[in-house]
Amino acid sequence: MAVTVLIPTPLRPYVDGRDAVQLEATNVGELLDRLAARYEPLKGHLFADDGRLRSFVNVYVNDRDIRQLSQRQTPVKPGDTISIIPSIAGGTAVAEQRPALSHEEILRYSRHLILPDVGVEGQRKLKAARVLLVGAGGLGSPAALYLAAAGVGTLGLVDFDVVDKTNLQRQIIHGTSTVGRPKLDSAKERIEDLNPNVRVETFETRLTSENALDIIREFDIVADGTDNFPTRYLVNDACVLLGKPNVYGSIFRFEGQASVFYAKEGPCYRCLYAEPPPPGLVPSCAEGGVLGVLPGIIGSIQAMETIKLILGVGEPLIGRLVLFDALKLEFRELKLEKDPDCPVCGPHPTVTELIDYEAFCGIGAEPSYDGAEITAQELRQEWERNPDLLVIDVREPHEYEITHIDGAVLIPLGELPSRLNELDGHREIVTHCHHGARSLKALEILKAAGFSKVRSLRGGIDAWAVNVDPSLPRY
Amino acid sequence: MTLILEPRHAAAIGRHGEADYPAEACGLVGGTVEGDRKVAVQVVPLANQRSDSLRNRYLIDPQAFRRAEAQLARDGLEVIGVYHSHPDHPPAPSAFDQENAWPWLSYLIVAVARGRAGDLKSWVLSDDRSGFVEEPVTIEERKVVWQ
Repeated sequence: MAVTVLIPTPLRPYVDGRDAVQLEATNVGELLDRLAARYEPLKGHLFADDGRLRSFVNVYVNDRDIRQLSQRQTPVKPGDTISIIPSIAGGTAVAEQRPALSHEEILRYSRHLILPDVGVEGQRKLKAARVLLVGAGGLGSPAALYLAAAGVGTLGLVDFDVVDKTNLQRQIIHGTSTVGRPKLDSAKERIEDLNPNVRVETFETRLTSENALDIIREFDIVADGTDNFPTRYLVNDACVLLGKPNVYGSIFRFEGQASVFYAKEGPCYRCLYAEPPPPGLVPSCAEGGVLGVLPGIIGSIQAMETIKLILGVGEPLIGRLVLFDALKLEFRELKLEKDPDCPVCGPHPTVTELIDYEAFCGIGAEPSYDGAEITAQELRQEWERNPDLLVIDVREPHEYEITHIDGAVLIPLGELPSRLNELDGHREIVTHCHHGARSLKALEILKAAGFSKVRSLRGGIDAWAVNVDPSLPRY
Repeated sequence: MTLILEPRHAAAIGRHGEADYPAEACGLVGGTVEGDRKVAVQVVPLANQRSDSLRNRYLIDPQAFRRAEAQLARDGLEVIGVYHSHPDHPPAPSAFDQENAWPWLSYLIVAVARGRAGDLKSWVLSDDRSGFVEEPVTIEERKVVWQ
């Protein structure tokens, strides 16, 4: 009794139209060789030029894939049924246009090329990839540097800021020599020095509801390194609408978070945080501070996840949120579920186009402070005329230690409500902080408590150091 | 051979391509062979099983192929073709399509430009695997004759 080989429809024309062929053999390899010998034209469709079975030809012995058995050595015995089952693959021509690697690139990426999971094919995927970095700051710096070094072919950068000295403690793509210049120019120069093979596309603009879709559409993956909620929701929604993965990272003081929001395969940012926090509740890095190494760690995780997505290797952070605590040096992981009621990626979305994210995050709805603010020069003049004027520094004691205005009284914002009794309601009061945001909150507290003659120093102690007393250090 | 499609088949393939845009959509075409005509009877949409590069790759694994084939066989049909979409690309086979192609099967490709289905063309691999040959497609309403 022989072994029965079931022939799939596409191959039947080569075996005289039969749907099954009987052959004698002891293992699969021998069987296939005999089949190809008997029906010569079949050979090219079953085997590649190197003699190996073509990748889309699947052979089953009694319903078990020979890849799970002993491949070609899988024994067969009379009475067995062997099935040749097609897998069907294909695609558009994009990938064939995957660029080849130059000799210089082969040398540059040699440590990638010898990694089995990258190899030449993977490196060409990296070269063909287009990654958009939103923000060239703390997170964007390490992400851009590592992605450029890894050979990602095109990096898009969105930023509209200029390099400030306070950026250099963590935004390692910039340098002392580029302080005062646009971050995009500074980043582009550094990337081109690191790896001239990378094409840098710059978008010197704030990402808005008007331009986000047009910018993001042109890229494969977005790495979100923004520091504010309106942009974060904007990036999320645009990525969901365009079907792009959004590699997310965020940092605060000593803690960071990272995830990959890819609505096609898992939850999006809105599944995790349906609503933004009330404005002012979560301080920015400028207000709250951040350890400079932290964005290096989180931004590097973003670069790693981006590369994994491009290569299609490993397990991406889709559906998982990594929480990093630098002080404990601890990584924790939360499983994220897709929210069936998600307004943007759920089955019945209510957000089907980009909205006004400033309004969504409650920004712009803040009360107007016209007339409640005073400039540094005005304060100096008034203070000279009226030494009785009370200047309250509402920053934290450790900030006071860095620098302070002589004569100002330190009452940290958090203690202000319980220390109102220390204040004389008849005196003119000016509140100040670092940049002028917390002092407005202090002003509200004082007004609500019945203090009428209160103003806030616009631009904070920073404006004072620039315009009135250059002997003070800025921070 | 000539591939005979009904308007609803062409429409179903276009709709699937639009629904999965910008990923590639794929599926099988079941039908019968009548002389030198491959007559489509049923379009079987399948999930693209690629976990990466969905925008320019599709995959129907052997298990899915087998299930669909068995289902078609119950109705006396066989797999006569495969369809897939080319998001924002013309409906011509790529080198990757050719590398992975099976002989005899009709490879239907629908172009989906910016989410809208356009041209639909059918291709067959040449016997020596050297290239794809465009296959004539006739789209006609089938008259059902009740006997």
